Amino acid sequence: MMADLLRVRGVTISYPTENGLFTAVEDVTFSVGRGERFVLLGPSGCGKSTLLKSVAGFMPPARGTVELDGRSVTRPGPDRVVVFQEFDQLLPWKTVLGNVVYPLRVARRMDEGAARREAGRFLGMVGLDRFADSYPHQLSGGMKQRAAIARSLALDPAMLLMDEPFASLDALTRRKMQEELLIIWEATRKTILFVTHSIQEAVILGDRVLILSPGPGRVRRLVANPAVGQRDTEAALTMQREIQEILGE
Amino acid sequence: MTGLWRRPAVRKAVIVLALLVVWEAVTRWAASPLLFPTASSVLAAFGRSIANGEVPGYAAQSLKVLLTGMVIGGALALVLTTVAVTTRIGAEFLETVTAMFNPLPAIALMPLALLWFGLGVKSLIFVIIHSVLWPMSLNTYTGFVTVPQTLRRVGQNFGLTGWRLVAGILLPAAFPYILSGIKIGWAFAWRTIIAAEMVFGVAGSQGGLGWFIYQNRFEMNTDLVFAGLLTVILIGLLVENLFFKWLEKKTVLRWGMSAAH
Repeated sequence: MMADLLRVRGVTISYPTENGLFTAVEDVTFSVGRGERFVLLGPSGCGKSTLLKSVAGFMPPARGTVELDGRSVTRPGPDRVVVFQEFDQLLPWKTVLGNVVYPLRVARRMDEGAARREAGRFLGMVGLDRFADSYPHQLSGGMKQRAAIARSLALDPAMLLMDEPFASLDALTRRKMQEELLIIWEATRKTILFVTHSIQEAVILGDRVLILSPGPGRVRRLVANPAVGQRDTEAALTMQREIQEILGE
Repeated sequence: MTGLWRRPAVRKAVIVLALLVVWEAVTRWAASPLLFPTASSVLAAFGRSIANGEVPGYAAQSLKVLLTGMVIGGALALVLTTVAVTTRIGAEFLETVTAMFNPLPAIALMPLALLWFGLGVKSLIFVIIHSVLWPMSLNTYTGFVTVPQTLRRVGQNFGLTGWRLVAGILLPAAFPYILSGIKIGWAFAWRTIIAAEMVFGVAGSQGGLGWFIYQNRFEMNTDLVFAGLLTVILIGLLVENLFFKWLEKKTVLRWGMSAAH
């Protein structure tokens, strides 16, 4: 078994709303191994995004601990880079290249030349080299998400946190992005925490899938997924049915 | 000919030309040149006062004072709004003072300015700051609070906090609002300075455009009064239609961020 990189232990997250304190996640425990693709799956309201934001450091847990490499997570940082669902995560006033160069300059303190070379390399990896000088508003949704992925990878984080990054894309683009993410993972072996509400996406992308139930979000079952990387094979369909059943219980 | 007529710029030029013709005809026929000089004599006076450097000098003086006031006002607005977005009491302070002072015309503060700073540039700068500070603060604040949460989080994710987050993410993300604040600030300031110069007059040896107009009325050079007014109009048009349009094209339009407002 791979050594654990991320340890989430007994995490409860609640925040104030107009109707008092709302508990989004209750007593959730899981670990993600180094180089693993780990999926948080569940219907809306199960707190999977909240959980990811807590790992990112945007939402401190009310109880429990989040540890990365043995160190407690207390605030956001470039060792855990988030790819958001929203298309507006790119800085509109910078070109695609500028969007990747800027965090390299501020977070990794690279000089301009090194940052541009590194940015170019990762834009090439996601197939955006020809659009390096375009502005984000000139890109399609899929291209924006590719640019965001390139930016995250270039920061060389310990972990990639992906918060339903393909949920706003059309079905075809979404499919293509899933394939590309698999290829990128093969090339980089980055640890990925991936949030989705799509069973099919969970089976394609997750070595293991943590299934959550809503109101408040709790762990329902952790399943190992031998069909990772597969879409319509027998194994994948069996896995999808199995998850479906667990969700329906 | 009909193709040319379809262009709004051509039609507007024709309107201006027609107004000039009517002006010329009416004044030649009916008015005293001391009260309402002809269009041609005004244009001639305008040309002369440009050529001898008189009007450019006065205009430069007005613009210099105006820019000084806008820069100080802008810096104050930045401090006020930064405090307002980081603390609740700061936000309430900003809301209260803008609600109080925004409706107060800058001209109404001139007696006080006179009392506090006397005749001269300091008084002018004081009323300019008042006229730009509140609209610029309001717009900048709106810009800051409407920055999408995703963008803030992206900045925090890069490890940016405090001032570096404001400078790296919030300021550029709020730029469409800040720019429209600067535009409103300019419009207020330009009108205010011309009026204020008529009250405060000359500072040292060099006055502004408002002073130029006022002084020429005193000497009954009505054609120069008109030439001064023409200059006020032209500078206003140039700044609003050339400078700000150019700035928008270089920034918010290029970034696809013009959706503000």
